[in-house]
Amino acid sequence: MNAKAIVVTSGKGGVGKTTTTANVGAALAQLGEKVAVVDTDVGLRNLDVVMGLEGRVVFDLIDVFEGKCRVRQALIRDKRVENLHLLAASQTRDKSALSQARMQETVTALLEEEGFDRVLIDSPAGIESGFQTAASAAQGALVVVNPEVSSVRDADRIIGLLEAREIREVRLVINRLRPEMVKRGDMLEVDDVLEILGVKLIGIVPEDEKILVSTNLGNPIAISDPSRNGAGLAFRHIAQRLRGEEVPQISYEPPGGFLSGLRRLFGGS
Amino acid sequence: MFGLFGRKKSKDHLKERLKLVLTYDRAKLSPGKMEQLKNDLLEVIARYFPMDGQETDVRLEQHGDRMVLIANLPVQHKA
Repeated sequence: MNAKAIVVTSGKGGVGKTTTTANVGAALAQLGEKVAVVDTDVGLRNLDVVMGLEGRVVFDLIDVFEGKCRVRQALIRDKRVENLHLLAASQTRDKSALSQARMQETVTALLEEEGFDRVLIDSPAGIESGFQTAASAAQGALVVVNPEVSSVRDADRIIGLLEAREIREVRLVINRLRPEMVKRGDMLEVDDVLEILGVKLIGIVPEDEKILVSTNLGNPIAISDPSRNGAGLAFRHIAQRLRGEEVPQISYEPPGGFLSGLRRLFGGS
Repeated sequence: MFGLFGRKKSKDHLKERLKLVLTYDRAKLSPGKMEQLKNDLLEVIARYFPMDGQETDVRLEQHGDRMVLIANLPVQHKA
């Protein structure tokens, strides 16, 4: 993706925006980019805990907006990965403290004065001011979607709003795919989601218990456990594709048994 | 679409429902409004033709990038 400032968004809550921001951000930094991840979910901040940096927050995004500190003072440097920095949201304020103009200034300062290669902006759920502020500073977007009804519908709405903002580089992250359910025909396939939403795919992330374990520890799985067939490697691949590398998509299709082979033979799908 | 055991997959139901609901979402139209539109259309057309009100069908369909209003309004005819 050419965009340096990328908003991570979804419409619906709980589909994996913050997890995606933390992991893709960490993986990008590991690949050598200087990365800032910015939490815009003012009042409900979580990127700090997901990344295990909650104990080091001094200043936050709203402090920067209100001139209480410089953007550099509010950045928390991750000690595990070089070149990874967090700008936390404020937990004590609400979305009314956000400002699109301040957001744009802050992201410009990160890219032009602080020398960041990439800024990932973690958007709050919803389509209101929080999302609008997060999107206002972005030239590209990662839309996170789960293969289920509410998430797909909300993603479609968000994609429309991103288009209205003339954000052209929109890529889809299909998160929490459960291959066994897809195989049974009880979960939308990747191709179904792409057909319905009409947006380019950047990566598929399988449902993975290890995400919860790594989040418990505040340790992004993309750097702590990039094992095959897991979410960690999937996020790492997304970071590589974001940088323009061609990485083949891992097939999560479970091996077909005798019965499924038989079904295929008789023309069933 | 139907497997060997005759069960339509739940994801196929979902896909159809999503396509329909997104068509209305994108058109910023609530599905209930289509019923009103149908009645209005019938009323107008009835001024010109005797209508056979039983099997009318008015719906939106997405054809690629285009949104198409499909109206199937049979008129009465005498042989």
